Amino acid sequence: MLLTLILAPLAGAALLAAWRGAGDRAAGRLAAWWSLIPIVLVALLGFRGANAQGLMADWSLDWIPDAGITLSFAVDGTSWLFLLLTALVTAFVLAVSIQKGLTSRSYAALILVMETMLLGVFTARHFIPFFLGWEMTLIPAYLLIRLWGGPNAPRAARRFFIVTLGGGVCMLLGFLALQIGVNTMDFGQLTEMASKGELAAGLATTFAGTGLTGPTLLLTVAVAVLLGLAVKIPIVPFHAWLPDAYAEAPTPVTMLLTGLLSKMGVYGLLRVFLPVFPEVYATLAPWLAALAVATVLLGAVAALAQKDLKRILAYSSVNHLGYCVLAAAAVVASQGDRESASSAISGAFLQAFNHGIIASAMFFGIAILESRSGGLRGLDDFGGLRARVPVLCGLMGLAIFASLGLPGLSGFIGEFLVFNGTFGLLPWAAAVSVLGLLFTAIFLLRLIRKVFHGPLGQLGSNWADLSASERWLFAPVIALIVIPGLWPQVLLQFLNADTLRLLDFLKP
Amino acid sequence: MAEALTPHLPALLWGIPLLPMLAAAAIAFLPNARGRIASKLALGALGLSCVLALLAAACTLTPGEDGPFRLSTVVDWFTFGSTRLQVGVLLDPMTAAMIAMVTFVALWIFIYSTGYMADEKRFGRFFGFLSLFCGAMLMVVLANSLLLLFVAWELVGLASYLLIGFYFEKPSAAAAAQKAFITTRVGDMAFFLGMIWLYRQTGTLLFYDGGDGLLESGALASLAGTTTLGGLTVSAAAALLLLVGAMGKSGQVPLHTWLPDAMEGPTPVSALIHAATMVAAGVFLVARVHPIFANGGDVTTALTATAWIGGITALYAALVAVAQYDFKRILAYSTVSQLGFMMVALGTGGVGAAMFHLIAHAFFKALLFLSAGSVIHGCHGEQDIRKMGGLSKPLRRTFLAYSIGMMALAGFPFLFSGFWSKEAILHSAEIWPGGKGPFALAVAAALLTAFYMTRQALLVFFGKPRQPGVEHPHESPSVMLVPLYVLAAGAVLLSIIATPFWPWFEKWLHGEVAHFHGGAFGEHGAIFLLILSLALVTVGVGAGWAVYRRVSNDSGAPDPLSGKLGPLWRFLENAMGFDALYQKAIIGPLARLASLIDALERGLMVPLMAAGETVLKAFGRLTGAGDERGLNAGFDGACSGLKRRAAGASRAQAGRIQPYLRTIGLGVAVLLVLYLWL
Repeated sequence: MLLTLILAPLAGAALLAAWRGAGDRAAGRLAAWWSLIPIVLVALLGFRGANAQGLMADWSLDWIPDAGITLSFAVDGTSWLFLLLTALVTAFVLAVSIQKGLTSRSYAALILVMETMLLGVFTARHFIPFFLGWEMTLIPAYLLIRLWGGPNAPRAARRFFIVTLGGGVCMLLGFLALQIGVNTMDFGQLTEMASKGELAAGLATTFAGTGLTGPTLLLTVAVAVLLGLAVKIPIVPFHAWLPDAYAEAPTPVTMLLTGLLSKMGVYGLLRVFLPVFPEVYATLAPWLAALAVATVLLGAVAALAQKDLKRILAYSSVNHLGYCVLAAAAVVASQGDRESASSAISGAFLQAFNHGIIASAMFFGIAILESRSGGLRGLDDFGGLRARVPVLCGLMGLAIFASLGLPGLSGFIGEFLVFNGTFGLLPWAAAVSVLGLLFTAIFLLRLIRKVFHGPLGQLGSNWADLSASERWLFAPVIALIVIPGLWPQVLLQFLNADTLRLLDFLKP
Repeated sequence: MAEALTPHLPALLWGIPLLPMLAAAAIAFLPNARGRIASKLALGALGLSCVLALLAAACTLTPGEDGPFRLSTVVDWFTFGSTRLQVGVLLDPMTAAMIAMVTFVALWIFIYSTGYMADEKRFGRFFGFLSLFCGAMLMVVLANSLLLLFVAWELVGLASYLLIGFYFEKPSAAAAAQKAFITTRVGDMAFFLGMIWLYRQTGTLLFYDGGDGLLESGALASLAGTTTLGGLTVSAAAALLLLVGAMGKSGQVPLHTWLPDAMEGPTPVSALIHAATMVAAGVFLVARVHPIFANGGDVTTALTATAWIGGITALYAALVAVAQYDFKRILAYSTVSQLGFMMVALGTGGVGAAMFHLIAHAFFKALLFLSAGSVIHGCHGEQDIRKMGGLSKPLRRTFLAYSIGMMALAGFPFLFSGFWSKEAILHSAEIWPGGKGPFALAVAAALLTAFYMTRQALLVFFGKPRQPGVEHPHESPSVMLVPLYVLAAGAVLLSIIATPFWPWFEKWLHGEVAHFHGGAFGEHGAIFLLILSLALVTVGVGAGWAVYRRVSNDSGAPDPLSGKLGPLWRFLENAMGFDALYQKAIIGPLARLASLIDALERGLMVPLMAAGETVLKAFGRLTGAGDERGLNAGFDGACSGLKRRAAGASRAQAGRIQPYLRTIGLGVAVLLVLYLWL
């Protein structure tokens, strides 16, 4: 079933490739309907529940036995949540793309290809399948930005591609060193060895010729891996590719970038980096905390200066994912404080999931503004739209308030748990990062004020409010913002067992 | 009856906040054209809440075994890792007083609104927002968990944002809504940190939990026993953070600037914000967690800070109120000032006095704002008191109601609740062992209160009309007048339950039985305070009468005091320049910082990335032997091909992405080669 799930979108892409006579509209519809298949499969997995090892499904194949390379995939509760996010956001993006008239066969097929790669990343239990998925998402992402993006898309896409590829190469080199040093790239085995402190020792023996100590070698490896993750999430200062890429990509593709691709980085940080490198926590802790605070603050402050709605939300994404990094920093600094660490980890996963949903909703709102206004999306282009399009304003406002962490909506619980987990361990980092929550409110409320409030200008004076199909598209996303906000357990129940299992490996 | 109710109390308590919230949710789905249904839904839900609240309050009249009646419930909200996070509701006399006051006062404001907002095209929405506002406020006062209180607290903030910005087409209203939300959020973030600090220290956020709660002895001992920065106990540090939160919501200096601007909302909203909901939340928060503030005696750091901030706010706002011309703005500053009184009471240990003033103030301030609305309504939207005058005759009924509110606020003796509550606060401040500063500030503020209210009354209702537009005002319909009478009756009758002769309210909060005590004035220098209170109101009103009794008939004439005070008057008129200061010291620099960061992003980070890209490209040319044209050219070539085909939509594109696959494959190949080689 897991293999079926991972390959289902790819099969859809193949179908599109084979269906030569398809018109654009038909192709877009096929892809959108097809993308419901992974949702159903993910839901079935969820109903099946986890076995005694905490797995809902697994599949593996010895690919290159001589090198110990297996294509192994498994789904536990945490992976499942990311699969759900992937399936939901992809389907949403394909549906929104139809609204925007982005329906050519190649466009839809590329999105489906990307979905397969993402599903692979979120379930991989070995570095090779993880890395294959990780890098192969780049190709469709690059093409989607390059071909369907704005006027400066080629440059933005190229930079996105090269910088993330560079990060990927660093990560690859890091794991390569582990393969050579300790003879495995299997995440489970690496975690097991790391919890016994064997990684540094293994590297020291193998690379004795370099004259470096085991901890130094392991730290180098960890930094290399972190670099790859840092570009993807992104962590400041490895974020420079992001604003242009988000702004130039067609808005549905921006949803994919922020809703899903950035989550690969968060997922990798929490589920690969944390379990594999506990031996270097002590050295990394202050640096990671500083980078997290820089990410939170820079994202929020830079967003204050933006005039383009998509760039505002791009920096807002940097800020929001910064809280996930902050949580990771807290775990790195946790030294056996299980309650703080479990709060931070739970918060980071919730934040990642909720950000994916909330950002999709906000970008959908922008997509609607763009199509109504003929492509305008400057902060000062609009004004007073609430008088004409109150439903759009209400729904986008709800997403915005969720984004700024209003309790009762989904964003709050993740942020509460992150800060709760961080405060006891890194009090100053938590206290300073709270400024990020404040600045978020400033730039998001200013967005509402400039776009929706004030006197109605020329632009928008003849707009129609949301059509029925637009309302139906908004409905599931809004439900996914409201329900987990009131009832966080609906998401947390999938995380808790894995969180405790993860903590068992993180000995101080 | 109380016994029969008790088993159902928890469900009943949850119903009190949830009914208005559900009404708000339902109204959100109603089209605007169904405004009448929306208002009925909102009124019905709140009316039911009010009945439930009064029933619940009745249950608290019987004291518990040791101390006041207290019922707390605990339910699981969510679990992270293996930690359960619980919330619940709490009923004690303090909550009972609040839920009864909020539902009752709000109900009359709702009724008034059906008349006041009758011509509004978004009538239904208005009632939806009002319902959310009340529901959230009721949740604040019923919460048995600091986290649930915070959740509701933020929802109160959201509702105030929606209501202050109700006329969002007006840029000033949109700006005021944003300012209210962001200024209070400054406080909220401190609250957030304080809450998390308490949670990390004690492992619970429940107020009462059978001995394990935050406000019970175990947790308090832990809070007092740990020292942190600057030698403060965690108790003091967390209490100070919560105090900042309360200062934001309750408009204490220096986080008060949003409150006068909040009058951009419709007048019933001002009445709600200034009386039943919103600003009361901050005072209530401090009262609720008072055991943490007072953890370590009568003069802790947190209490001293509370008393001084309250005193400064009370005097500051009273001074500023003297020099305002806008009817509602004077009332707004008077609210800030009265909230300062409440903080003084809380800081000096007079929780009962603070709570009584909060409730009495809710009645007479709602009354004053609704009277103001009636006057403004009658004067066709005019709000400048210089242009009014002589309205006591045409608006006789409104004037009558206003006078009662005005006398209660100014502290006219004996008959009015405001007199007794203010007296109780002065008493609390006077006997406080931590110093006489807050007492002195409160005394000065009380004097000024009598003065500026006399000024307002004289300029609006006495003399002759000064502007042609307000010569023929019309009296409001009875749907707007009846609420005024009810609130006026409350402002008077409430005084019965909290006089020194029969301090029922105070005793109720403490779970004791009140006895009539005729000789109360003979004790503890109470007679001195009584004389002082009488003197304050006499001097204040007398001075106001002397200055404003014969004001010019010319609406353009300057205020009699402005000539005498000169620059000081303008300083007060500008509310001592806080807005300009914040613009210069915070908003401007923040905007400059943001531009600087943005410039660095574009001017430094992007070029750095471009440089990195060049290096990588060179690297790609060196290693990518299979791709002679280099990464970049390869991409572009393939892309333009794909784009052509995408445009033509003729055939599958899969073959065209090979160059990229090759790049990825390169990595895997390098890996294998290296592995086999080693």
